[in-house]
Amino acid sequence: MSVGEKHFIQAMMDPSLPVPEGLSDSQFRPAGRRFNVYRNNVATSLTAAMHTAFPVITKLLGKENMDGLSGMYLRAHPPTSPIMMFYGADFPVFLAEIKQLDHLGYLADIARLELALRTSYHAADAQPIPADALAQIAPDDLMKTQITLSPSVQLIASAWPIYDIWRFNTQDDAPKPNAGAQDILITRPEFDPIPQLLPAGGADWIMGLMQGATIAEAHDKTLETMPEFDLGATLTLLLQGGAITHLTTKG
Amino acid sequence: MQDSNHTNSGLPLAAGVGYKPQHFTQLLDAPGNVRWLEIHAENYMGDGGRPHAQLRRLSEQFAMSVHGVGLSIGGEAPLDTDHLARLKHLIDWLNPASFSEHLAWSTHDSHFYNDLLALPYTNTTLARICDHIDQVQTVIGRQMLLENPSNYLAFDESTWAEPEFLTEISQRTGCGLLLDINNVFVSATNLDFSPQGYIDAFALDKVGEIHLGGHDVDEDDHGDTLLIDSHGSEVVDPVWDLLDYTLERSGPLPILIEWDNDVPDWPLLAAEAERAASTLQMRAV
Amino acid sequence: MSNTTKSLVVASAVAAALSAAATTPVAAQSKEKCYGVSLAGQNDCAAGPGTTCAGTSVTDYQGNAWTLVDAGSCEGMELPAMADGTARKGSLKALTRDVPA
Repeated sequence: MSVGEKHFIQAMMDPSLPVPEGLSDSQFRPAGRRFNVYRNNVATSLTAAMHTAFPVITKLLGKENMDGLSGMYLRAHPPTSPIMMFYGADFPVFLAEIKQLDHLGYLADIARLELALRTSYHAADAQPIPADALAQIAPDDLMKTQITLSPSVQLIASAWPIYDIWRFNTQDDAPKPNAGAQDILITRPEFDPIPQLLPAGGADWIMGLMQGATIAEAHDKTLETMPEFDLGATLTLLLQGGAITHLTTKG
Repeated sequence: MQDSNHTNSGLPLAAGVGYKPQHFTQLLDAPGNVRWLEIHAENYMGDGGRPHAQLRRLSEQFAMSVHGVGLSIGGEAPLDTDHLARLKHLIDWLNPASFSEHLAWSTHDSHFYNDLLALPYTNTTLARICDHIDQVQTVIGRQMLLENPSNYLAFDESTWAEPEFLTEISQRTGCGLLLDINNVFVSATNLDFSPQGYIDAFALDKVGEIHLGGHDVDEDDHGDTLLIDSHGSEVVDPVWDLLDYTLERSGPLPILIEWDNDVPDWPLLAAEAERAASTLQMRAV
Repeated sequence: MSNTTKSLVVASAVAAALSAAATTPVAAQSKEKCYGVSLAGQNDCAAGPGTTCAGTSVTDYQGNAWTLVDAGSCEGMELPAMADGTARKGSLKALTRDVPA
């Protein structure tokens, strides 16, 4: 009999189903556990991909929990692309829906952060503006200037202390996280993405820039909700990270 | 016997290794007898960053081979044209000496299962695979090599033996072949045939590249040996012997060492490549 | 604030940022660190561990049968639900850039 792909895949992804008929060893005996080689290759390789893609989630939950979650995830969300570097895009939403993890509300945002680090790592290269480019713009023109950011820039806003959680799980001497909301800016000055804690309002201002607002427009809008917004500190992070690629002065 | 000045790929008649990012610095400083590198195409389909920068640097010093693992050439569905376009983009900018893919499938119903899955060898699958290879070669504008798989089981419906199946594909499409000698040894053990007989039946004049790698040992329900193509250890002696047997009949060919799991420190991988290089040199004398 | 005052605020913030950035470029702070991303999600063509392991475990694909076992570092962190920032919740999605699939 003919073994179609659909039948093969169903049995491969669900080990409670029988091995398809029509698959044999050299003596025409049913393939039996020979078929498990495929079951294990898929499960193990995708589980390994999840572990390497989400090292902080793995550390937070422990290896055994991550193995179990990966087994569920890879069956609920098998890759939709052959490019494994981007596998796991649905993991934040998946984590948020797992009842057994309700008490760890920050997990989804940490998973978003880990996805964003990978996105930044593989983003297109871009040349940052020269160090003095901003200094050469007259104060009135600065107000009307739009900032284009590098493709490697990522923003993660959270109601949880995601920067402290990330640091606590990646750096030896980092302090324990305290409750509080934190936003992260990821820049990639060379080849390695670097997450940094944004000052309050910083994410709103940068988001404004990304949407095409001028420096002043984004500043005004941010001040409406965050009067103590520190423009200088936020801009420092962008400059240090080589995150600004173009300046366009309107009018 | 093949003319030693001519190969079915643009790769040098020398030893190469599968590139792992952790070996970047040592490869440049102490390449030993490694003359060429093979990369998995899909790992370089991001937009930039370190992977691309490393590739540009390595390609200044080494001949490059692009080895795809995601096209699903043996699949029932049409090829993913987006993926094919990404592949073309990579081949266009890197301009490697060779491009190869697998006699296998991995995508079904838009889902990618990240493994090289087995398929039956019938006239139906033959026609489909030839159509897919024609399409690939048209899009990338060059000849590709097709690799023999490791087999763990057989399809009752198959009407072709694997070497003849590959010869027929090569004749119909003009593609070359990639002969993985460890895969031959693994399949021959698992399905109880003579590996030398397989080599004898193989279209060696179409081969543009040889793969060697390590395998694991397991067993099936009946306690019979089942070898697993794990690429996680040294090449075993019977596989080196089979390489000798092959080169005696084919003449010198580019030889790659694949090591993907439990990747060793550079000196061990370089030593495997050195053994491949000296096997080639002994043949050349 | 008048436009002139605003312009001065922005100009002095820019000047402060330029001098701060010049003294400590971030690249120097974190060289050679990539937190695992460089090796994440590599494609390869090797097979896995044979006939006996996770891929044949039935509970792995039954979500409701999964239980949280002894956990990792999350146990040492006390961050109760609704810790802070309820006002910000709505902005989560809008502030996250698209991740290519």
